Formats: sequence, C-alpha cells, structure tokens
Amino acid sequence: MEVGKLSYLQKMLIDISLDYTLKIVLLGSLLLGIVAGALGSFAVLRKQSLLGDAISHAALPGIALAFIFTLSKHPLVLLIGALLAGWIGTLFVLLVTKLTKLKEDAALGILLSVFFGFGVFLLTKIQNLKTATKAGLDKFLFGNAATLLKEDVITMSVLGLIALFLLFLFWKEFKILTFDRSFAQSIGFNSKYLDILLMTLIVMAIVVGLQTVGVVLMSAMIIAPAVAARQWTDRLNVLVFLSAFFGGISGVVGALLSSSISKLPTGPTIVLVASLIVFISLVFSPHRGMAMDWLKTLKNKKTIHKTRVLYYLFKLAESHNNIYYSHDVSSIKAIDKTSVDKALQQLKIKGFVQNTEGSRWKLTSKGLAKAKRIPETVV
Amino acid sequence: MIPQFEIILIASLVAVACALLGVFLVLRKVSLMSDAISHAILFGIVIGFFIVKDISSPILIVGAALTGLLTVSITELLIKTKKLKEDASIGLVFPVFFSLGVILISKYASDVHLDTDAVLLGELAFAPFDRLLINGLDLGPKSLWVIGLILAINLVFVLMFYKELKLSTFDAGFAAAIGFSPMLVHYGLMSLVSITAVGSFNAVGSILVVALMIAPPSAAYLLTNDLKIMIFISIGIAIMSSIMGYGLAFLSDASIAGSIAMMAGLFFILALLFSPQNGLIAQALSNKKKKVTFASHMLLVHLLDHEGKKEESMENTISNSRVHMRWKESFTEKVLLNSLASNWITKKYNRLFLTSSGRKVARKVMIQEI
Repeated sequence: MEVGKLSYLQKMLIDISLDYTLKIVLLGSLLLGIVAGALGSFAVLRKQSLLGDAISHAALPGIALAFIFTLSKHPLVLLIGALLAGWIGTLFVLLVTKLTKLKEDAALGILLSVFFGFGVFLLTKIQNLKTATKAGLDKFLFGNAATLLKEDVITMSVLGLIALFLLFLFWKEFKILTFDRSFAQSIGFNSKYLDILLMTLIVMAIVVGLQTVGVVLMSAMIIAPAVAARQWTDRLNVLVFLSAFFGGISGVVGALLSSSISKLPTGPTIVLVASLIVFISLVFSPHRGMAMDWLKTLKNKKTIHKTRVLYYLFKLAESHNNIYYSHDVSSIKAIDKTSVDKALQQLKIKGFVQNTEGSRWKLTSKGLAKAKRIPETVV
Repeated sequence: MIPQFEIILIASLVAVACALLGVFLVLRKVSLMSDAISHAILFGIVIGFFIVKDISSPILIVGAALTGLLTVSITELLIKTKKLKEDASIGLVFPVFFSLGVILISKYASDVHLDTDAVLLGELAFAPFDRLLINGLDLGPKSLWVIGLILAINLVFVLMFYKELKLSTFDAGFAAAIGFSPMLVHYGLMSLVSITAVGSFNAVGSILVVALMIAPPSAAYLLTNDLKIMIFISIGIAIMSSIMGYGLAFLSDASIAGSIAMMAGLFFILALLFSPQNGLIAQALSNKKKKVTFASHMLLVHLLDHEGKKEESMENTISNSRVHMRWKESFTEKVLLNSLASNWITKKYNRLFLTSSGRKVARKVMIQEI
C-alpha cells in the first residue's frame, strides 16, 4: 500500500515535470485561484458574494455572442464578451435595486437565470450552426482545465495580471472604500468610480476562471478562499495574500486530482478542495475557529465550576465560628452535584484549599481572600 | 394529445407551481434560496437515482428535496455562527452539493439517463416520450403527472396557509406575537420550493426553476401592491412565458428552457420600463413634471416678492426671471406654459403678473418651504 502510494506520487511528479499539457493546466488553475482569491476578498468583505454568482452566470451569453459575431474562438475575444456581459449584468442589478422597490436578491436572481437562459439559447443555436468550429463552448458550463491551451493561459495571465496590478495600484482607495465609505467620500475619493473599478476587477477575476471552473461554479472560487482566509486574520493585506494562496492551492490540487483520476471534472473538484479549506479554517483557525470556541466554552465552564465550589466552601465556613473550619466533601456535594472532587483537587494545586483529613477540606488564607472577592452574581 | 401541446402544458404547470411560491420568496427577500436549492438538489437526485433507478419516482423526489432543506439549514446554521455573512454562507453551501452531484454523475452515471448538460437545461423536448402506462393504458407523460401533483400541493399550501404566509411575510414580529411560528412557515415554504425544484428538474432543469420563481413575481411586484393581484399577475406572466418561450424555441430551433427563461426576463423588462407606478419611464416623466412644477412655484414666489414694489417693472419680466433663476431658454418656455395653463400668471409682452390664485399658491409654497 505504502509503496503503491509512493510510486503513484512519484508518477504524478514525473508527469508534472515532463507533461507539457499538464504544466499548462496547472499554470491556468494556479492563476485562476490566485486572482479569484485576491479579488474575492473584496467581494466577500463588501457583502457582494452573490453578485459573483450572478455575474459568472451572466457571462455565458457574452461568450456565445462574441463567438457568433466573430466566429472566432480566440480566448481574448470570448473573455472580452464575458467581461462586457458581466458588466452589463452588474449595471442591471444596480439599476433595479436603486430605482425600484425590488431588493438585491430578486435582481440577482433574475440576472443569473435570465442571462443564463439567454446564454443556453445561444449555445443551442451555435450547436445548430453548420460551421466547422462550433464545438467546445459548452466547456464554459462546468469548466475543463484539460482543454486549456497555451494561448488560453496567456490570455488569462494578461487579464489576471492587469487585475492584480490595478488592485495593487488602488490598494489604499479600495481599503478605505471597503471599510469606511463615508470617510473615503469625505477625503475626496470618487466612490462611484472606485466602486465601478473594483466591480470591473472582480468581473475580470471571474472571467479568468471561467474556462477552468465554468460559469456555474466560478462564484464559489470568489467566495471560498476569502471566507477561509478571513478566519485566520483581521488584517486586510494578510487576508488578501492568504486568500490568493488558498485559491492557488485549490486550483493546483484540484487540477492535479482531476487530471490524474479519470472522469473527474475539473471545476467541481477545484471547488470541493476550496470548500475543504473553508471547512478546516472554520473549525480549526486559532482565533475564530469553532473548535477554539468550543474549547473556550469548556474552559469557562470549568472555571465557573471551580469558583462555585470555592464559594460554597466559603459560605459553609461562614456559618461556623472558625472560618478555616474543614468540611466533608459530602456537605459541598449536597449543594453542587457535579464533579466536586476534581474541582477541589484543582483548587488545591492553586493553593486555595487544603485537604485536612480523609475527605475533609478547608480554605487557606489565600483561598479566603479569593472567595471574598467572588461576586454573588457569578454563582 | 400531440407532443407540442404536452410540452406547453408541462411547462405551464411548472411555471405556475414556481410562480406561486416565488411570490413569497421575492417578498420575503429570499429569492436566492431558490438558486441554492435548485443547484443543491442535484446531489440528492443523483444519490436517489442510484438507489431507485427512476428519476420520476416519488421516493426520489422527497429524498432529493431533503437535500434542499439540508442546504437551507446548513446555510442558516453558518449564518448563526457569525463567522461569515449571509451572502457568503448562501454562496458557499450549494456549490459543495452541486459539485458532488456533478462529480458523481460524470464518474458513475455518464452512461445513464443523467448527464451534466441536462442538469442545467432539462430535457423538456423529451418529456412526452417518458409516459405513464398503467395496464398498458397510456395516461400521458410521467412528468405531467409529477408536476401536476406538485402544483396541487403548492396550491393547497398557499390556500390553506394564505393568512399565515401573508402575515409572516409582511410582519414577522406580529406573526410570532400572535402565535404563528415564522420558522415553521419558513421551512414549510422551503420544503415546497425543494420539492418543486426536484419535480421540475427533470423537465426544465435548475436554471429555469430559478427564472420562473423569481422573474414573474418580480415583474408582478412592480405592477401592483396587492398580494392577491400579485399572485394572479405572476401566474399569468408565468403561463405566457411558457407558451411564448416554447414558440420562440420552436421557431428558432433552440433550447426550450433557455427560451422560456428569456421570455420571463422579457416580461420583467417590460414591467420595469412600463409599469404605470413603478416603471422607469413613469418615474422619469414624473421627475420631469415635478421639476417644472417646482420651477413654476419658484417663479410665483419671485413675482410675489417684487409685486407692488418700485422695481416691479424691471424684476417681474420674463427675461429677468430667466436670468435670475439660471434657466435655459427651452426650460423657461415650459415653466411659463405650465404657469399660464395653471392660471397662476398672466403675461403682457415681457411683463408677468400674478393672478389671485397664483398669489395664493405662492404664499402657500413659502409657508411650506419655511
């Protein structure tokens, strides 16, 4: 088993180092993850995660129309079509939510379903066209990294690098816009144009990933890395780097798995890897993780229990003339039924109580001082 | 029945079943749950399909609908942890189920009656071929019966719980106060959305379910403020979208589901532009009218201010008003026409005079302004 595993891994590594197609695929997936992760951070922080979902669906008719008008399948042409459609979709959502009583959820729902329907309509039309180059557009539905070509990756790199460069250039502006919009306006930033610029960059990030992950699942790549990264840090620059890192890892691991296991579609695999990272982050991150929350709650419970036992011992002693009178465990157990013995042992280690004889316990002077400071509301 | 008619009938029943629930989704601002549910149920459908081997079996429908409910509850659980926001929670959960579904299909079921394209687009055109036969008697397409039953359940739910739905939608706090459980209504609605999505899935695909649940009710919402009327308009738009969508698909030899979604979108655009109260055109016209009325009021105040004073002959003229108010020539024309037509002023050559009603309006405006 072990040997088999090792040789499998070795085979994979040899594949990577030799296989030209695989290199292209990995590069494309890495790129998509990094760009989506970095820009997705802003989408998630601005509570616009679902706009990504709607935009990626809306890109489909853009791709189809670009093909119909140019009859070219050059990635740049198709991606520019996707970019324009995503842009129009964003404007539609802004228009509907600003000028009517409909809320964002309805506007997004209409955008994603109607544009997607239109895209499907066009795809079926294209399939009925009697041209030689018709096939291959449906890879945009679920994505297929295996069909990535060198020119695809070049186009993706150019778009992705432009997006990342602009993000770097307008870093300060985007940061202020995201966290304190009115302050950004008051110091003279044109928040409307910045909004549009940031939205455009997010659309670009989505477009970069369409060929690998597909329109249906691309939104998950915008959301998942950012949500995972958010669990580990409160600082924006760390968040963006971490998110890009998680995105890149998901892309590479997903693409590797899908290319080495037969009939494993790329997009869903990448999304599952990203979701796994989210799950691990949600549970195990040191500051915000659920496991940490759980441990904290447990610790608090124990502390409260110890405090309670000390307080009971103090109250019992108060009823005697001698404040250091030692009581049998059973009299404390009469008040508090939970594991009193354990709590007493722990209190003893801290020097708050003393074991006199057998199962009898009394307060120490240190314990008395501590017990007097316990407010009654705690117990 | 001829197949074309059967297809239109199935599409219309799906449309009505979706629109009926969609009204409440849109009003409760949870439209995107339909997107999440209709994607997530794929996982349940695939698992169910492996077990019962029949995509229109009632067991599969109920079982797969549970995936939808599971998605809703996991999403809400995540929101409650406060570790991520509502939008991110919705956008995270359903892709996991959907991805699992797609992977299972392409790995284990690519040779059977489930493929990834059909997942999104449905196979409405093939629906009439899968017929319900009892003792050799042809009772029509299976999906017609499935969706008919689901529509009946939805109708009964909305009719029986109309009051509860209405109350918890518009005033959840009050509904809870008088003893309706908003959670119960919410989950009831989500269960039906799941069942409807699963039942419609085979025929029309997940995207059309979303389109039909959101677009017709949104269009209807722009046309009325009355819940009952909104439901009827939604149903009307849904049926028309199905019929016209089928027509479009037939004429252009393209996807039926895609065409129906486009038609639903077209109806929404029409409502968005032409709704008498909320439409963009009506809004633009009323804004323009308000602008002219406001300018006329300003003119009246200007005239009243200088009336009877020694500068009147110089101030209360058309040319002077125009310069002082910084109006364009064409806009001044409109303001004058409006004021004259309202019988607020009279005009003698270049001079303007207030009528008694114009004076009254000017005083009223000034009090209001202050």
